Amino acid sequence: MTATTTGPSDVEVAAPQTTRPPAQERAFGAASHTVLILWSAVVILPLLWTLLTSFKTTREIFASPFALPTSFNFVNYVNAWTTAGIGSYFVNTVIVVASALVIVMVLGAMCSYVLARFQFFGNRAIYYLMLAGLTFPIFLAIVPLFFTLRNFGLLNTLPGLIVTYVAFALPFTVFFLFSFFRALPEETAEAAAIDGAGEWSTFFRVMLPMAKNGMASVLIFNFLGLWNQFLIPVALNTNVQNYVLSQGMANFASQAGYSVDFGALFAAVVITVAPVLVVYVIFQRQLQGSVSQGTSK
Amino acid sequence: MTAVVTPLRADGASVGPARHRRRRLTFDRVSFVTVFLGVPLALYLIFVVSPFIQACYYAMTDWSGFTDTQNFVGLANFGKILDDDIFLKALRNNILLALVLPAVTLVLSFALANLVTVSGTSRGQTRGLKGSGFYRTVSFFPYVIPAIVIGIMWSQIYDPSNGLLNGILTSLGFDGARSFPWLGDERTAMVATIFVIVWSMVGFYMVLFVAAIKGIPAELFEAARIDGAGRLRTALRITLPLVRDQVQTAWIYLGILALDAFVYMAALNPGGGPDNSTLVMSQQLLTTAFRKGQFGLACAMGVVLAVVTLAFAACVFLANRLLGGKEVAR
Repeated sequence: MTATTTGPSDVEVAAPQTTRPPAQERAFGAASHTVLILWSAVVILPLLWTLLTSFKTTREIFASPFALPTSFNFVNYVNAWTTAGIGSYFVNTVIVVASALVIVMVLGAMCSYVLARFQFFGNRAIYYLMLAGLTFPIFLAIVPLFFTLRNFGLLNTLPGLIVTYVAFALPFTVFFLFSFFRALPEETAEAAAIDGAGEWSTFFRVMLPMAKNGMASVLIFNFLGLWNQFLIPVALNTNVQNYVLSQGMANFASQAGYSVDFGALFAAVVITVAPVLVVYVIFQRQLQGSVSQGTSK
Repeated sequence: MTAVVTPLRADGASVGPARHRRRRLTFDRVSFVTVFLGVPLALYLIFVVSPFIQACYYAMTDWSGFTDTQNFVGLANFGKILDDDIFLKALRNNILLALVLPAVTLVLSFALANLVTVSGTSRGQTRGLKGSGFYRTVSFFPYVIPAIVIGIMWSQIYDPSNGLLNGILTSLGFDGARSFPWLGDERTAMVATIFVIVWSMVGFYMVLFVAAIKGIPAELFEAARIDGAGRLRTALRITLPLVRDQVQTAWIYLGILALDAFVYMAALNPGGGPDNSTLVMSQQLLTTAFRKGQFGLACAMGVVLAVVTLAFAACVFLANRLLGGKEVAR
């Protein structure tokens, strides 16, 4: 890349009449920075304000939106975690999201592997059926889903939530992994077969490790999608004890209008945002890479 | 395709039983395909496909959910919906969102992506701004925050008396903003809501565009510059046509999001906003189903929502095709 581009640019520098004057260059660079810094501020300020406010008492919040908290105490966090039940919502969310992620990754990998590398009657039809699941709004399914879960005795339970999460995350997972398994060289599978590996061990020992990058990308997207999921729990998981974080937050926010523990509300927001931000900061490069992979297909 | 060709080659080469075995229906192979395809597919059929199909049927009944009897009423539910002023208002709000939200988000994210990628010095190689990684990372932040939390956060920021926005505005001297209810005023509720969604989405599409722009060969930008094209011209005439596939994908994603929009609305104005100015179909659907127990009617609303969504996606595809999408893009 570099080698090919330095050639033409050398030529270009040698012909100064095509280059813009440096003053204009600098002005444009400064203008770009200004716009970008402005946008960054629009993004960061609300977050920073939320973080600061989470340390204030409710009285301080009412006094002024700007004033710094008088002391950094964590009483709001304790209140949010225990009184408002954010702690138990947090645990529920971790259980549901972790289980759903494991299951959907395994099932999704299996399904996309078979669809991508085996020829059989109905292969294409199943693939398109999966794609259709990506396009239809989940709202269309929500009412019958409610009764399906009730018939299985899974309504308002964590396993019911897990199963639903898995089913609705499956199309995306299959769609994404399909292209990864398709791109793996056929020779590898043949080599494994010659070495006496059956289909099962070929998949688990050879193919799955080779699709590691694809799996990681899908995992991150699924984590974000499921951690942030709101509609499914709101409609299908109405038992307060089984609330997940997103619906617990909504519930808490609508109550806070009356009982006015705003400090705890802000603390709850920080508690919810913190884990995803940590995941984001750790996997930042991977994630930004996945964005382009996932949508350029 | 490859899978069809390879076994033929393998058969022709007749290397030995190992290769032949792969094609035959051995127990190993059959059990593998059955389990690997069967389990996920069963789950998918029971919990995704079947509810969708049931919904289309229930949409034509007067089912109230908790009775066993349901009468087939044909298209009566749809007639009822299209006579319902509140639902029509919600439909209009959704369509407004689907038109405005993608446009604003894409213009903003495309502009920002251009600034971080190609707005560095035009001397020598095309390069990005210094610190572009920082801008990208920061802008992407909101995408990872749960939408409901974004909504809650912003409803506090918009708070008439203790919110950040009015705090900033009054300290800048706009006394009219002292206790202006951004979400409680019919004129501003929708705009304020759209801003929140844009805020949460711009970073994602900016990163998407940055990746796409980086995939464009640098020679193209060099050539445009030597030909004397300005930055704006280069962005609109060179870059934009080359990332049109991404624009199409983004437009569809954002449109689908706008036609849903449930989470944001539920957090910012759970009741539909002043004079239903931010009410969307999805809210009305859930109310109809789980508050009023009119499940048949709610399913009909779901069908309308699905039809509008598919029509929207089709429109975007068609528009891209009519504007000469494929030839330029590939």
